[in-house]
Amino acid sequence: MTVLCLVELDGGGAADASLRALAFSRDLAASTGPASTGETAGPAGESLAAVVFGPAAGVPADALAAAGVSVAYAAESDRLTGYAPLAWARAIAELAGVSSATAVVAAATDRGNEVLAHLAAITGVPMAANCATAARAPDGTCRLVRHRWAGSLLEDAVLDASPALLTVAVDAVAATPAAVPAAIMVNAYQPALDDADVAVCATESAERSGGVSLATARVVVGGGRGVGGPEGFGALEELAGLLGGALGVSRVVTSQGWRPHKQQVGQTGTRISPELYMACGISGAIQHMAGCLSAKHIVAVNTDPDAPIIAHADYAVIGDLNQVIPALVTALRARAGSP
Amino acid sequence: MEILVCVKRVPMVGGKVVVTPDGQDVDTRMSGFTVSPHEECAVEEAVQITERLGGTVTVLTLGPAEAADQLRDMLALGAGHGVLLETDGREWGPIATAAAITDAVRRRAAGPDGGYDLLLFGNEAADTGDYQVPVRVAHALGLPCVTGIKNLEISESPDRAGAGANAGAGAAAGARARREYRGSEEIFDLALPAVISVKEGINLPRYPSLPGRLRAKRAVIEQFQPEFAGEGLRKEMLRVPPGESKRAEILGTGADAVPALVRLLDELGVLS
Repeated sequence: MTVLCLVELDGGGAADASLRALAFSRDLAASTGPASTGETAGPAGESLAAVVFGPAAGVPADALAAAGVSVAYAAESDRLTGYAPLAWARAIAELAGVSSATAVVAAATDRGNEVLAHLAAITGVPMAANCATAARAPDGTCRLVRHRWAGSLLEDAVLDASPALLTVAVDAVAATPAAVPAAIMVNAYQPALDDADVAVCATESAERSGGVSLATARVVVGGGRGVGGPEGFGALEELAGLLGGALGVSRVVTSQGWRPHKQQVGQTGTRISPELYMACGISGAIQHMAGCLSAKHIVAVNTDPDAPIIAHADYAVIGDLNQVIPALVTALRARAGSP
Repeated sequence: MEILVCVKRVPMVGGKVVVTPDGQDVDTRMSGFTVSPHEECAVEEAVQITERLGGTVTVLTLGPAEAADQLRDMLALGAGHGVLLETDGREWGPIATAAAITDAVRRRAAGPDGGYDLLLFGNEAADTGDYQVPVRVAHALGLPCVTGIKNLEISESPDRAGAGANAGAGAAAGARARREYRGSEEIFDLALPAVISVKEGINLPRYPSLPGRLRAKRAVIEQFQPEFAGEGLRKEMLRVPPGESKRAEILGTGADAVPALVRLLDELGVLS
């Protein structure tokens, strides 16, 4: 009996989102105690297995062992020349059988949600997306908490299905290691795939976007409706530049066409997790806040002391960003210029 | 090019979500309704494709009778037909929703209008965020599928019979779909017909024109009553996350706050 977790790779290691999904999977596996019949026999919990797509040599075995994985499957096929959602799901369906998986877990990334949705459709079972926690109840069901509205609302739910298919709301779970690292076995696995399984297969573009990435920036300077128009972002960009950060904007800004959508922070834009988020002229609608829940510190600059953003912020300046930000830029320049 | 776009009526939430006292729904007494943002972009994308290649956009929703309002909003943007799969207002799960959509697609394919060349969805509904209805529909119909698309190019076949031919043939109708992947893009080529879900940012939806609004007001919306089915993921309770109920420390007012702001940035270690 196993909890099987899809692990995505990033630069040769396990992706951070997948390490979080592994921590979630480990908790789920550990929750499967013996049924409350008074008997104490049986192993405490289930084992944790991982599936990685690619050659066995590319499996980040140490990181997986540290996360508590006892078996890692390296799924590889001549037919798989790149990421193919349906093929990944077919392979995981086979491995779920091989490993007697009671649950299959993936990070709620584009790929994770997509592959598990295919797996759900193949196997005809429900799938719970964006879970924050999950544990086995004595009756064998999964009791879980999942995100709605991108985390602005929580749903307590019961998942009655085998296997339980779950994706993990990455912001809600920390990538903690296991108390005791597992002894890991890496097994190469050849899934049986046909042409239809690989008909949709990704090629990766060679182009990389330059500059500081919004998703990983240490500082984000945000601008909202209060900026007033497309010409008002100069000072915010300058501030972002001085702080080595990126410019982010609210949905109203992209809907008006003031800035490109790729700069949007929010439920339908980019999720950020900076050390500092400076939200300027942003009211704090839940659509926006869903994108910056992981910011360590939020400083709001707003004319309205009752704006919702003030209740989410750690610090606030009450005032017009068009006066505050240029003055701040001047002060920072003076500071940088002085010996 | 015959395109189906599936949309969902969702509450228009602003500064906070309020749950009904029984914990089963979002309290919408004080809010309006809208279409999930990704889906509005799906409608815009479909309208742009038919403006270029000809054809018709059908917009479909599953929801209560009032969801006809959202269909009319989308008709005002340029969709030609509306289909309402009317429910009694209960929340439908993704399995039953996908089954009802699949039935509607098959019903249309069996009729004089024939099937769709392209089925567009939003990547996920703004409220339930289940991330699976498009994939389930694709499986039920045996169509290729990709999700989360931010850029879509459709190439038309010289004759419609070309659809379904080998992707390598070049002449077949196909879609090239791109999505963001870790600072880069992944690119998918699909033969049509296909199911594609898109994300906001793929385009900037237009505002409805006055003639569009008038046309939408008069449009006849086809209605069906699919049968509800429960499923294995059961909602027990909705609740607002335990807020840290922060009270921001006020650093000051206007430009006078700048010295305090600089000190704070210094303390946070973000000044180089």
